[in-house]
Amino acid sequence: MIEFINALSDPDNEFLRLALYVGTLASLSFGIIGSYVVTRRISYLAGAISHCVFGGIGAGLYIQNKVGLEWFDPMYGAVISAILAAVIIGTVSLHAQQREDTVIGALWAIGMATGLLFIDRTPGYFDMSSYLFGDILLISNIDLQLVVILDIIVVGFTVFFYNKLLAVCFDDEFARLRGINAGAFYMLLLCLTALTVVLLVRVVGIVMVIALLTIPAAVAGQFAKRLWQMMLLAIFFCMLFTWTGLAVSYSYRLSSGPTIIVIAGLVYLIVLLFTRIIKTR
Amino acid sequence: MSVSNDIVLNNISFAYASAKPILEDVNLIVKHGEFASIVGPNGSGKTTLLKLFLGLIKPNTGEILVFGDTPENSRLKIGYMPQYAHLDMQFPVTVMDVVLMGRLGLNRGSRFFKNDRIAAMSALEEVKMTDFAKHLFNELSGGQRQRVLIARALCCEPELLLLDEPMSNIDPEIEEALFEILQGLNKRMTILLVSHDLGFVSQKVNSVICVNRCVVVHPTSEINGTIIKDIYGGDICMIRHDHRCGEEGHQHD
Repeated sequence: MIEFINALSDPDNEFLRLALYVGTLASLSFGIIGSYVVTRRISYLAGAISHCVFGGIGAGLYIQNKVGLEWFDPMYGAVISAILAAVIIGTVSLHAQQREDTVIGALWAIGMATGLLFIDRTPGYFDMSSYLFGDILLISNIDLQLVVILDIIVVGFTVFFYNKLLAVCFDDEFARLRGINAGAFYMLLLCLTALTVVLLVRVVGIVMVIALLTIPAAVAGQFAKRLWQMMLLAIFFCMLFTWTGLAVSYSYRLSSGPTIIVIAGLVYLIVLLFTRIIKTR
Repeated sequence: MSVSNDIVLNNISFAYASAKPILEDVNLIVKHGEFASIVGPNGSGKTTLLKLFLGLIKPNTGEILVFGDTPENSRLKIGYMPQYAHLDMQFPVTVMDVVLMGRLGLNRGSRFFKNDRIAAMSALEEVKMTDFAKHLFNELSGGQRQRVLIARALCCEPELLLLDEPMSNIDPEIEEALFEILQGLNKRMTILLVSHDLGFVSQKVNSVICVNRCVVVHPTSEINGTIIKDIYGGDICMIRHDHRCGEEGHQHD
C-alpha cells in the first residue's frame, strides 16, 4: 500500500494519478446510474448496451483506418453505438411488451459480432483486450474531460428530477397517471446509462461493465433506506473499489479491471453473508 | 351530457391483441358521489375497466367520457390505487416517499414543499398510518401497504377514487375499518372499488357493477342469491334493466 502511495507522488507516474482521478470522478456517475439500474432492474439492458459498444468501437477503427477519417476516434463510435442501442432497447421495451429479453439477447450478440467483422476488414493488428477487459492505465486527458461532462449531466439530471425519477422507477404506471411522461424519462435514463457504460468500458472493459455498475449499488442497497442514500453509498463503494483495486493491481502487477471487479465481488459476498446472519438471529 | 355524471361509457368493447374480447358492448354511467363495488370472477375485466377509466388502455370501439372529457385529460382528478403485486418489494423508499408521489402533477416542478408534506401526513392520518411515515415501505404488511397506497391516491386530491382490490390480503376487522374510512371519504368523492368478495361489499356500498364480459349495474338492495349465483356461476350475466342502463338495455346471448 505504501508502495502505491509513493508511486502516486512520483512525477513519472502521471498515468497512475490520471487513472485515480478518472476512477474517483467517474464513481459519481457510476453510483447514481448504478442505483437506477439496480432499482429499475435493467442491469441486463446495460449488459446489452456494453456489448453493442464493441460494435461501435469496431466501426470506429474501420472508419479511422480504412475509410481514412483520422479524427474519428473509436470512442466516438462507442458513444454513437451505445446511444443507438439504448434507443432500440427502450423502444422495444416500451412498445413491444413481449419477448423483450429475446430482442435484448440478440442485440447483445449482434453488437459483438459486428465489431469483430469490422475489425476483420480493417487493415493492421489491434489488441482488443484493453476494450474487452479495460485498462485504466491507458486513460487519457480526453477521458478526464468526458468524465467531468458526464458527471455534470448525471448529477444535474438527478438533482433536478429526483422526485419524478423516483416515481417513474418505483411505479411507472402511477407516474404516468400523475401527468409525468414516464416513457421519455425511461428513454433519458437509458441514454444516460449508455453514456455511463461507455466510460465504464474504459475503466473495466466491456465484459465486466455490469459488475462495476451494479455491485456498488447492490451493496449500498443492503444499508440504504431511501434512493438518495443508496446513491451516495454506491458512489462511496465505487470509489473504494476503484482505489483499492488500483492499489492492489499496482502493487502485485495485476490487470486493474479484473482486480477492481474481484474486490467488489468479495465485498458484496461478505456483506450479503453478514446481513443474512444478522437477519436470521 | 349531465355534469353530475363522473364516468360515461358508450358501447365500449375491448380486447387485448389477438385474444377474445374482455369487454363487449358495455354501457355504464357512474354518477357523482356514488360508492360502487366492481365485482366479477377472475379475468372478467374488472381491472381492464379501471384502466379504461384511466386512459391507460384504449377501447377498440365506443366512447369514454370522464368528467365530460377524455380519460387522459381528466387523469389528474382521479386517485388510483393499483394492486401492489407489481411493485418491487426491495425498492428503497419510505412510506412518506410513496405517499408524496401522489403530489406529483399538482406542482409544476419535481420538488415537494411544506404543503405537500402536510397533505401527505393528513392523507396518512385518514388511513391511520401516521406512525409509519418514516418506515420502509417494504417492511409493512400487505394490509398496511394497501392503506399507504390509498393514502397516495388521496394525496392527489381526487374527485374520483379508483381502488383495485383494496381488501385483498386484509384481516376482516381491518377491512371493516377500511370501509368506514371509505364511507367517510365518499362524502367528498366518488369511489369505485374492485372486489372479489361480493357478499360483504354489498352491505356498505350503494351499488354493484357486475362485470363478466358485459357490465350490469345493480342497486345494493336488489342483490340476492340468484344474482350472486349468476355472476359466479357461468358466463351468462343476469339481464336486469334499471335506470342506469342504456336506452335499449343490454343484449346478451
